[in-house]
Amino acid sequence: MSNVYVIADNIITSLGFTTDENIIGILNDKIGIASTPQEESLSFIPAALSLVNTQLLEEKFSQILRNINRDLPVDSYTRLEKLFILSIRDALSEVGFDYRNKRVMLIISTTKGNIDLLEERYKAKFNHKRLFLWELGRVIRDFFGFFNTPMIISNACISGVLAISMASRMIQSGFCDYAIVTGGDIMSEFVVSGFQSFQALSPQPCRPYDIDRNGLSLGEGCGTIILSNQALTRENTSVRVAGSSTTNDANHISGPSRSGQELSFAINSSMKEAGCSSGDITYISAHGTATPFNDEMESKAIGLSKMTEVPLNSFKGYWGHTLGAAGIVESVAAIASIKRNTLFRSAGFGSLGVPEPLHVIKENTASELSSCLKTASGFGGCNAAIIFQKV
Amino acid sequence: MDLSVTGYCLISEKKVIVNDQLRFYQENFLNFANFIKSLYKQEEINYPKFYKMDSLSKLGFLASELVFKVSDIKKYREDKIGVVMSNSSSSLDTDIVYQNSINDRSNYFPSPSVFVYTLPNIVIGEICIKSRIKGENAFLISETFDARLICNFVNEMMENNRVQACLCGWVEFLGEKYEGLVMLVEKNEFIDKNSNPIFNPTPFNEQNLNQLLHRN
Repeated sequence: MSNVYVIADNIITSLGFTTDENIIGILNDKIGIASTPQEESLSFIPAALSLVNTQLLEEKFSQILRNINRDLPVDSYTRLEKLFILSIRDALSEVGFDYRNKRVMLIISTTKGNIDLLEERYKAKFNHKRLFLWELGRVIRDFFGFFNTPMIISNACISGVLAISMASRMIQSGFCDYAIVTGGDIMSEFVVSGFQSFQALSPQPCRPYDIDRNGLSLGEGCGTIILSNQALTRENTSVRVAGSSTTNDANHISGPSRSGQELSFAINSSMKEAGCSSGDITYISAHGTATPFNDEMESKAIGLSKMTEVPLNSFKGYWGHTLGAAGIVESVAAIASIKRNTLFRSAGFGSLGVPEPLHVIKENTASELSSCLKTASGFGGCNAAIIFQKV
Repeated sequence: MDLSVTGYCLISEKKVIVNDQLRFYQENFLNFANFIKSLYKQEEINYPKFYKMDSLSKLGFLASELVFKVSDIKKYREDKIGVVMSNSSSSLDTDIVYQNSINDRSNYFPSPSVFVYTLPNIVIGEICIKSRIKGENAFLISETFDARLICNFVNEMMENNRVQACLCGWVEFLGEKYEGLVMLVEKNEFIDKNSNPIFNPTPFNEQNLNQLLHRN
C-alpha cells in the first residue's frame, strides 16, 4: 500500500486566512473568541463566539473573482461557499498538480452546510436547493472545475477527522492519487441557539481541561488539507497519514461515553495501523471542547491508552469549536506543530480539572516532535483518531 | 474481497420488504408517522426511546432492527461491526422543524431534544446504542444513492480488517418522502450456510445494491 502525504494546507478562522497567519496568532497568544460586541443576527442571548472577519472575507473573495476574471456578483456565493473557495484556493496555490484531473477527489466535511439559508432574510436571495449539501458540493466543484463529484461527509464533530481518514484510505486503495479535503461551518442563529438550548456554551472563551471550565465556545472556520500518494520533493520534512480509526460509544446520542473506552479503541486501532505504540507518539492534539463531560471522557480514554504523559493541547481555546471544520483546521495546526518542532500552549488552561493526570501544554515549547495523534468526538456517540508521522 | 449482502430491509412508500419477502403493507396509507408506528407495533419491538426519535432515525432504526431479526451479528465483536449510512437531504427535515422554533423571537423555543436530531449521523448513534455496535461509522451525503461509493468504502474496511461485518445503506426522509435500504454485509468466509435457508446472500457490488434499492 502506498504512503499518503500531506502536501498543502490552509486554515481560515478568526485568527487569519492562511495556516501561517493562524500559527503566528497562536505563537503570539491571540485569542479569537470574543464575548462582545454581540452579533445580533447570530444570537440575542449573549455568547462568546469566534468569527471570521467579514470585511476581509468579502475583500479577499472579490479579489479572487477579479483575478480569475469571472463576471459574477460577489453575492452569488454564500458565506460558507466563499470560505470553502478561499481555503481550497489558498491550499492549491502551494502545489502544482493538475487539479482538474480525474485522479483528484474533492472531499467535503461539514455539519450544517448553508444552514443560514433557512433564515427568512436569505430566502429570496438564494435558491433553496443550496441547503442540500450535495448542491453546496456542486457549487464548489463548478468553481474550480473539478472532474469528480465531491464526496460529502456529515458526521457531527468528527466529520473533519473522518474526511481526512477516508481520503487517505481512498488514496491507499488506489481510488485516486490526490485528495483535496476541505471542512467548513459558519456561525448561524441555528447553531448558536441549539448549543445554548443544551446549556453547553461558556460565557467566556472556553477553557479545555481546566478545573473551572464551563462549556464550549463556538467558532466558524474552514480548513483544507491536500493529500497525495507522492511527497513533495522540495520539502525537507514530509508528513504522512499513518493510521486512522472511528468508533461509536453505543451509549447516548448527546452525551459521551462514561468510560472513554471507545475513544481509546479508536486511538489504539490507529496506532496499530501506524505500526507504533503509545510511547512513539510525541504530541496529542485532542478534541477538548471544554464541556465538563467531554474533557473528562477524553482524559479517561487517554489514560486507558496509557498516554497521559504525552504533551497535549486543544486548539479550541484560540478559535472555538469550528464543528465540521474542527478536525481539519486542528489537524493542520497539529501538523504545523510537529513540522516546527514546537508544542503550542493549550489556551485557556490553568489547573488540571479532569480525572486523569493529562500533560496539558502550558507554554509554547521547543521539542523534537516525530508524530502526532489527533482525536475528535461528537454527538451520536462518534469518536475518531488519526496519526500524522514525519517521514 | 468476497463480500455478500446477507440480509436487507427496504422501506418504501406503504411497504416493507425484508430479504425479498413482503413484510408489511399499509393499504390505507395516511402519513409516515402513522405508517412507521404501525410497523413498529407489528414487529413488537419494545423500545420506548423509539418514540423520541425524529423521522429519519425512526426509519433507519426500524430498517436495521428488521435486518437484525433475520441475521446474527452476535458472532462478531462489538468493535468489529461498522455502520455506514448515506442520504440526500442530511437532517433537513428536522432542521426545518428546529428553525421554525427560533424564527419568531416572541415565540422562541429552541429545544435540545429537537436540536440533537439536526445531525444525520444521529441515526447511526441510535442503531449503535440499541444493538451495542461500536465499530467504524460514517454518514455520507450524495444527491442520489451512490452504490459505488458505499461499495468502495465498505470493501476497504473489510479488506483491512477494520470491520468484519458492516451495516450500510441509504436512509432518506424529507417532507413525507422517504426511502430506506439497510443491508448487512459480511465476508463470505463467515457466512453460516445453514442459518438462512430462505434468502440467498447477494454478492456485494454496485449493480446489486442499485437493484435492491430500485426493486419494487
